[in-house]
Amino acid sequence: MTAATRTLTALRTGLLGSRANTLITVATLLLLYLVVPPLLRWAVLDATFTGDAGACSRDGACWAFVAAKLRFILFAFYPPDLQWRPSLVILLLAAILSASALPRFWGRPLLLAWPLTILACWLLMQGAFTSTPIPSNQWGGLPVTLFVWAVCFAAATPIAVLLALARRSTLGGLRTFSVLYIELMRGTPMVAILYVAMLILPMALPDGLSIDKMLRAIVMVTLFWAAYIAEVIRAGLQAIPNGQAEAATSLGLGYWKTQRLVILPQAFRVVIPGMVNLAIGFLLATSLLAVIGIFDLLNAARAAAADPKWLGFYNEAYIVVAVVYFVICFGASRYSQWLERRLAAGRRQAW
Amino acid sequence: MSDRRVFHAIVPGPPRPGTIGKVRAWWGGWPIGQFAFLAACALLGWLFIQSVLETMARVGILPGFGFLTGSANFEIGESPIAFRAGDTYLRAILAGLLNTLKVSLLGCVLATILGVAVGIASLSRNLLLSGLVRWFIEITRNTPLLLQLFFWMSLAKALPAPRQASALFGTVFLTNRGIYTPALALEGGPLGLPAALALASLAGGVLVLALRFSRRLTRRTGVAAVVFTFAATLCLLFLSGARPVAEVPALAGFNIRGGLNLSPEFAALLTGLVVKFSALIAEIVRAGIQSVGTGQWEAARALGLHDGQIIRLVVLPQALRVITPLTTSSYLDLTKDSSLAVAIGFPDFVSIINTTANTTGQSMEALLILIGTFLAINLSLSALMNAYNNRVALRGSVR
Repeated sequence: MTAATRTLTALRTGLLGSRANTLITVATLLLLYLVVPPLLRWAVLDATFTGDAGACSRDGACWAFVAAKLRFILFAFYPPDLQWRPSLVILLLAAILSASALPRFWGRPLLLAWPLTILACWLLMQGAFTSTPIPSNQWGGLPVTLFVWAVCFAAATPIAVLLALARRSTLGGLRTFSVLYIELMRGTPMVAILYVAMLILPMALPDGLSIDKMLRAIVMVTLFWAAYIAEVIRAGLQAIPNGQAEAATSLGLGYWKTQRLVILPQAFRVVIPGMVNLAIGFLLATSLLAVIGIFDLLNAARAAAADPKWLGFYNEAYIVVAVVYFVICFGASRYSQWLERRLAAGRRQAW
Repeated sequence: MSDRRVFHAIVPGPPRPGTIGKVRAWWGGWPIGQFAFLAACALLGWLFIQSVLETMARVGILPGFGFLTGSANFEIGESPIAFRAGDTYLRAILAGLLNTLKVSLLGCVLATILGVAVGIASLSRNLLLSGLVRWFIEITRNTPLLLQLFFWMSLAKALPAPRQASALFGTVFLTNRGIYTPALALEGGPLGLPAALALASLAGGVLVLALRFSRRLTRRTGVAAVVFTFAATLCLLFLSGARPVAEVPALAGFNIRGGLNLSPEFAALLTGLVVKFSALIAEIVRAGIQSVGTGQWEAARALGLHDGQIIRLVVLPQALRVITPLTTSSYLDLTKDSSLAVAIGFPDFVSIINTTANTTGQSMEALLILIGTFLAINLSLSALMNAYNNRVALRGSVR
């Protein structure tokens, strides 16, 4: 049997295998017939691809809007002639994320590279040491989404490790603290946490001292995400047999050395796919920054469609944003599956 | 290395007798360090609160929950209980909380129904259906909920005005002022339909609990108890002169009257939550069903069970063990994510708390109410689901 006939047979049994199957196929095709042609007409046939807002009809998509406002959607209010800075930030973050994705780079240099990259991104966005500093209320678009996400995730992970260790330790006081902290954070919606950053933190700072909104949001979101990451890491710690800690202790290693050299490296191997899934959820959750008026990718797209010259092309703006999120998250979830298979294969060899 | 702590960690040994001994054993090693850490946290919290109080004093706001009885001078778009501008803040917050509970409860039920359907469809042997469903799941999972809410909101606003709206099946109107569906109501009689239903559920719940405590709860007595209470409620209502009436929406002037009206915000929020979480639940259902090995199916067939029996007696009880804890956390997430209502203008709990904080300046107290309430909802829901989970979990064997 050739490949072509095999595909054909699979298709035939998959679509017309039994009477019920054929019925399902026909019903699905009917549904597609109802949905796809109008969508196609809107997105392609009646769409406008060039020109200005006047050229766009109300019946079709206005892709000319996307062409005109793409820069704004990606960078929001960052001064146009300085947009090489946020572009460079995107590149830097993409580079460190790709490096972190490859198991071959996992190690101490990568751990050192993370804080350095984040510092570099912060300085670049701010335009520190240059004559044109940009305050954080002018930052916006994709770089803000990626930056907040990367910073909060990177800063939350060490806190999460400590929380997870505390939750599993024999020290009653720290264990109680960790349980209370984790349950408090996980029981609260992220919107409430952002309101705390927005409304309470400024009141809690001593008179005369103020921190900008972006930094406040980053601090609170970091503390919030740490609780979620801690629970994932705890699951990994539970998966490591007790014998490992006992063997390490019998070799004369203290608590911290046991955790650092024996337990955590194995636990991380178990939880990395879970952490990637968590990271995907967090990237989607950064869109909530819009609620406190930070111009992340989604909010920038909304602002683009509120431009008087291009009023009301919300659907086109949302589609652009949806595509960006989808490409990143779908890619990341595929990567997570690949990694899971690879790590599982590694474990089979090792044990 | 002669580290007593480490030794202690491996072989805890029996605690010394007495309460103090037990507390010390629980507190564990490194006692002073732990105490210092907790004291430092408490000090930080105290400084934090002092600073907030100072700021409040400076701008002239009296700390405390006295503002709850003050009059709230804003309108609420929709509310299950009557609310006018000028009513107390407490009532406004209660209205918001009821809105949140309404949308979360409906969302959980509908998302479960759609999610199970989609999950089963994704396991279908039909290539077209399973492929389509996979794309639906991937797209909804990999785009932000807020974006989906904005999308549904702009769709709800783009519907025709009531005068131009055409009725689906003659009775359901989709308009830019909301969705109108037929509703069932009771005419005459002492109670409205929601109150009657609530009363019947309460009575049924009490009866089932009573059976449970007298150890006579089986599937048959449980179903009988529920049927009995609802039948009794219906009889009582009928005897008291209540008659069911179907209210069908109809165009009257520039608007549509009668029937059940879902506001565009509510409809968009509910649709967004249901679609997003149905995709998540579908994945859970799929994983749960796939976790039951094919050997189980084959063994059940060998025993002569037919497909329906296999699913009901063999597959579902095992799949539920995987599905229940994961769905629980989905329900909790849905309840928390209903707070995104604030971004599309639905007056839910969070949005009213936000308005309250902004109009009174008592953001500290308002947020305390917010966080406390969500914690209470979350903890009670997870306690409930844990109890159920213990019932379906494996008994007597270690997994």
